[in-house]
Formats: sequence, structure tokens, C-alpha cells
Amino acid sequence: MDTLKLLWDGFAVAFSLKNMLWALAGVTLGTMVGILPGIGPALTVALLLPVTFGRDPVGSFIMFAGIYYGGMYGGSTTAILLNTPGESASIITALEGNLMARRGRGGAALATAAIGSFVAGTLATAGLTFLAPALVRVALRFGPAEYFALMVLAFTTVTSLLGGSLVKGLTSLLFGMALGLVGIDLQTGQARYTLGMLEMLDGIDVVIVAVGLFAVGEALYAASQLARGAPEVVAVRGSIWMNREEWRRSWPAWIRGGLLGFPLGALPAGGAEIPTFLSYSLERRLSRHRDEFGRGAIEGVAGPEAANNAAAAGVLVPLLTLGIPTSATAAIMLAAFQQFGLQPGPLLFQNNPELVWGMIASLYLGNAMLLVLNLPLVGLWVRLLTVPQPLLYGGILVFATLGVYSLSNSLVDLMTLLVIGLVGFAMRRMDVPVAPAVIGLILGPLAEQQLRRALAISQGDFTVFFTRPISATLLALALIALAGPALARIVAARRRKSRVAAM
Amino acid sequence: MRMTVPGRCSRFVAVLGMAFLAVAAIGPLAPAQEATPPDSLRIMAPASPGGGWDQTARFAQAVFRETGIIPGSVEVFNVPGAGGTIGLARLVSTERGAGDLVMISGLVMVGAILTNRSAVTLAQTTPIARLTAEYEVIAVPADSPFQTMDDLIEAFKANPGAVSWAGGSAGGVDHILVGLLAKEIGVAPEDINYIPFSGGGEALAAMLGGHVAAGVTGYGEWAGQIEAGNLRALAVSAGERIPGVDIPTLKELGINIEVANWRGVVAPPGITAQERDALIAAFDQLHDSARWQEILAANNWNDFYLSGDDFADYLAQENARVEQVLRDIGLVE
Repeated sequence: MDTLKLLWDGFAVAFSLKNMLWALAGVTLGTMVGILPGIGPALTVALLLPVTFGRDPVGSFIMFAGIYYGGMYGGSTTAILLNTPGESASIITALEGNLMARRGRGGAALATAAIGSFVAGTLATAGLTFLAPALVRVALRFGPAEYFALMVLAFTTVTSLLGGSLVKGLTSLLFGMALGLVGIDLQTGQARYTLGMLEMLDGIDVVIVAVGLFAVGEALYAASQLARGAPEVVAVRGSIWMNREEWRRSWPAWIRGGLLGFPLGALPAGGAEIPTFLSYSLERRLSRHRDEFGRGAIEGVAGPEAANNAAAAGVLVPLLTLGIPTSATAAIMLAAFQQFGLQPGPLLFQNNPELVWGMIASLYLGNAMLLVLNLPLVGLWVRLLTVPQPLLYGGILVFATLGVYSLSNSLVDLMTLLVIGLVGFAMRRMDVPVAPAVIGLILGPLAEQQLRRALAISQGDFTVFFTRPISATLLALALIALAGPALARIVAARRRKSRVAAM
Repeated sequence: MRMTVPGRCSRFVAVLGMAFLAVAAIGPLAPAQEATPPDSLRIMAPASPGGGWDQTARFAQAVFRETGIIPGSVEVFNVPGAGGTIGLARLVSTERGAGDLVMISGLVMVGAILTNRSAVTLAQTTPIARLTAEYEVIAVPADSPFQTMDDLIEAFKANPGAVSWAGGSAGGVDHILVGLLAKEIGVAPEDINYIPFSGGGEALAAMLGGHVAAGVTGYGEWAGQIEAGNLRALAVSAGERIPGVDIPTLKELGINIEVANWRGVVAPPGITAQERDALIAAFDQLHDSARWQEILAANNWNDFYLSGDDFADYLAQENARVEQVLRDIGLVE
């Protein structure tokens, strides 16, 4: 029970008044930047980095970790209330969360997001405490072939988001994948579909597309409908908190989201978005209220929100044990370690136990602080929905524009936002779902790069995807996810027929 | 706001500067050492916050402020995108003639200008100073059959496609080093099986998992793994051994290649000689400060200082060398 002893020492460090104040500052700041689209935890830590030079590393890292966790909490608030995802990991939250808010269950959606984040965050922090070294060995077995197979599995999520028409859903998906092609091709360094503009060389940021399709498209659509009489929006229907039924439906989703998010977040090229996709499709398949998906199902908020917070803790596994940064924030935290003369990796746990265990202990503490900070705010936030619609949507447009401008202070970004917003409006008019486009944009380029890397390493041999066990397993799961429902239907139909025949 | 409209005050300074220029043109040329740093400075980091260029800008800002080398305001702003060429385009167009501005630049930008077919180049800027360098390391996974650089080179020569190299973006510093190595040992550069990864993390994971044969990156990024014995370093790209690092240089091994991933600062075109000298004086003083040396040590950056005309010459040489390699690899036509 060496780990417990070290963790205990860590709590002694984290519970000093000074470090608790650092943690509080971090989680508060993190929640605030998480709410604004564009400004994320990565940027915040980067800006604070030179300020902390020469100061106490333990306190600084406790604050950085707080910002990181806080950002994941904050991102869900605007996704649920305003349909404006603050980070790419909360895009899925916006799908069911915003629909819930419109049915008067915004308070419950915010609460399940906050409590789910706490439950999964704590679960994943425990995973980080006890399982990190074992997990990292598995994670390293993932090469380009395995990642490609994982992307294929994540792509099957799209099947639960296609909506009524297969053609419309696939059009949306392909539109997203096409947007993903814009920019410099990483494998060859050549520019694709940039229209000769330097600003397009880095591709189109996911946040711009998500905010454009969701928030701007939605606002334009709402404006076009106002003349026909605004639909009634009820801020709160029933209790502001989660009712018993909602609790019962939330907690298994939290646990599953956490179990999915933590290991996937720990993969060196995993990230926080893929677990939210997988969690959403898993919840939809398992739910007894499948008909509610697309109208505001609480599992669709609870699962993905739990998954993205667990993934955030997972990201710390390769960072602390190997010194591998797998997200923008982790990359900057790595720079911070180096600035303090610390080398993350196998030696960090031996050389700086006070720092590592103090930081891990502060994550438990920060999670609890975030819950205390966020739950009372739920009542305040849902009042936003009582703002008259024209003002609310006007506010969303201002907020979205500000957020996107803050990404890189670029006018081209704003033009892109407007164009994508118009496309989002057109898609709503024609009843084309927007979620597949965002999934195509995130997964398309990742899958392409991993596929080409895998084939370059194998020198063009396609069998690597089937001969490597992890890759083959993931592809088999993808096949089951795709063909499973259809097969089940056929089997059920046969059975019915044979029963009829027997009668 | 990133753009500052030149106020009456700076116009006055500019007029004064021109008057000085006129005097200097008539009278004997004042030696550069006597120049004093400007009253205020803006530093453009042509990348997002957090990267090497941004950190260089922000640490320079901290030193200028703390030491009082620059008495007035020192502002850092980011113009990210396209390997720094978006910032460069800003520098040579809208900021033309701004004597209170420098932009962080480096070897990565030299490559990006060529591969992005940027309309503006570093030749259009006013070179001020080269500041830091990070050297590249060539490494293999710990359980790799390659024990020495010779083993790796032998396999690379025998079947270039079978040796997959992990590194950063295509046409970046890592790729350039592999290209130079191929040329030097007689492998056709277009036969290199180079696998670009985004960011050092993914490449490191591929190395630790044994998914690639060899890898190239900045030494600092993998130093911890090399010390812990998870990676085996075969060579570094420095001219002489890096102090405190027990890894042979390529030159020691008889391969005549030296690559330094350097960073420096350039000013906009069209500034006066006085403004240029003032900026050079500011960075000369920065380099001489104890605080800057402390920062170099803390970040594992090597001191690589060179200023004024010497830096301009170096820049021209680097440009020619990089262009040739990128042509050989097939990334530039």
C-alpha cells in the first residue's frame, strides 16, 4: 500500500492553506475560460506560464491542474443553455443538453453534467492514482494501425445521429469531412483546398465549425421563425433539480462514461472528443428511452460529460508517466515542467514525489471544489433562458463572434464563421442534421493521417489492420456496431415467422 | 488590439530619427555600441501561445521589463498560423517602417516560407539577432537492433523504405535533418520513409511503442526518456558535444552535418539605421543579462547569439541550404 501512503502525503501537501487557494484560483479561472468558446485552458495556462517562472512549482501545478479540470466543467454550460459548445469535447453535450433546456429541464441537464463530471473525474483520478503504470503499457501498444481501427469504431457513432434520412445524414458527414481536408496535409506538407489563402493553411478550427453550425445557424433559423410567432420556451418545468427518475437514469451513464473516457483519454493520440462520441452512441443503444434521444434524453448528457472529464484525467497518465503530451493543455503543462527544471517521465515520480502526489491529491480536491462552485450556479444559469428570444439569440451571436475572434484574432476566422453559420441555417431549413458534419470534421482528418501512417510504416501492406490483435478487435467491434442492429432485426423477424409457422 | 496607430509621439520620434539620419549621413558614422535600446518595444510571436516562439517572446519580455533595458512598455502579441508566414506577411506589409517592433523567427520559418510558397520572405525583413538553438537527436527504441549510428546507416542504405523515421511535420527541421543525412550517405532523398507526427508527443509514443524504426526531434524533448533508458540516442546534430550530454555528434562519427534549430528576431523592412541599431543594442544587453542566461539554462536552450550583419549573412546561408534539401526531398519544386 505504498501508493496510499504517497497519496496521503500528497493530501498533506494539497491541504495546506496556500495550495488550497491555488487550487481554488485555478478551478474558478478554469470554469470561466471553459464557458467562453475559443479561450480554453491551454491558452490560459500558456499566458500564466511566464508569470509563474521562479515561483513555487507545487502551487503553480496545482493551479494549472485546476484550470484544466475547470475548463472541462465550464464547457458544458454554454453547450446546454445556448447550444454553443465552449470546447470541442462538449459538442456532443450540446445535442441532447440543449433540447433538454428547451423542454424546461435545463437545470437537470446542468446538474447531471456537473455531478457526472465530479463522479467520473473522481473515478478517473483514482484510476490515475492506482492504474497509471499498467495502463500506459497498454496505451503504448497503440500504433497508427490501432488508432485507425479506433477511428473506424468511433465513426459508427454517426449511425445514431443520422436522423430521419440516410442521404441527408451522409451529406452532412461528407460536408464535415470535406472541411477537414482544408489546410496543409501533414503527411506531405502540401496545401489542400486553401483557395490560395495563407490563413487557410492551418485548416478550419473545429470550434469555428461547431459554433457556426450550432450557434450561428440556430440563431439565424430562430430569427427566420420569429415572425411566425416564437415557440414558447419554458425555463423551468417541474423542479429545477434532477428528479428521482433523472437520477436513476443518470448514474449508470456517469459510471459508463467514466469507464470509457479514462482509458481512451490515456491513449497518446486519443483526446477527449472520441470518448464522448462513443459514450453517446453507447447510451443510446442501452437506453430504455431510446425514443427520447433527439428530443432531450438525460443519458445523452450524463454519459458524454462524464466521459470528457474522465478523459481529461486520462490525459495526465501519459503526461506524468512518460512525458507525452496528448492535448494542447498537456503540451503546455509539459513546457511548464521543463521550465521548472522537472522532467516528466519515469523519473518524475521518484525525483519529485511531493509535486506529483500533491498535484494528484489536489485533483480530488479541485473536483469537489468544482461541484460546490457549479451546483449553486445552476439556478442562476437557467434564468438565462427567460431572456426574450430576440435578445437571447442576439446575445448568442455576440458571444459566438467574440469567442471565435479570440481564437487567433483573425478576420478570416470571422468570415469563415459567418459562411459556416449560413450553411448551418440552410441545413436546418432543409432538415439536414448538423452533428454528423462536426463528427466528420474531427474524425476524418485523424483517420486519414493514421491510415496513411500505418500504410507508410507497413510499406503499403493492408493486412496490418487485420493481423494486429488490437486493431482486428476494434474493427470487429465496429462491424458489430454497424451490422448488429440490422442482424438483430432479421433474427427477430425470422423468429416471429417461425412462431407464426408453428401455430 | 494588435494594431497600434502611430500616434503623434511616435511620428515625432520618427522625424527626430530622420533628422539624426541626416546628421549621421553628413558626419562620421556613430559606432553601433553607442546606440541605446528603444523606449518601448512590441514583440510579435508568429504562433499560438505556448510554443517555442511564444515562450521566447514572453521570456524576452520578462527580461526587458525586469532589468529595465527597455524603460517603457514591452508588449507581446500572437499572430499564429502557417508556420509563422502569416505573421511574416503582417511584418513586411502593414508594419513596414515600424521601428518599435520585432518578430520572433527561426529555422522552422525558413522551411515554412519555402513549402507554403509564401509571397514574402525573410530576405525582406531587417535581421536583428539570433538568440537560441536547440540541437536535434537521432534515437531508436530501447529494444531496437540498432546499437550505433553505423548500424542504423547500414540498414538505411540497404533498404531505405524499411527504416521508418518518426519526426515532426513534413518539411520541418526533423525532416530536413533526415534529408541531409540521406544525401550525405548516398541514399536518394526521395526514398526516405519519413512519418510526420503532429507535436513531439505522438512521435514519442510511436517510438516507445516500437512502431517506427528510428526518430528525430529536438534533444530536450526526449532527454528524459534517453536518461531513463527507454530510448537509445545514437547521435546529436550539434557542431560540438552539448555540455553535459554524453552523445556523439554526427561530425564525430564522420558525417559532416550540423543542424541547429535556431530562433532569433527580425524587424520590419524600411526602418532607419538608428532604429535598427537601437534594437540590436536592446538584444545585445538582453544577451549580456544574468537573467537571460538563467532562462536559457532552465529551458535547455543553447546560447546561439549573433547580431546585426553577421546574422543577416547566416540567414542567407541557411535559406540556401534549406531550399536545396527541400528540393531534394521533393517538397519544393
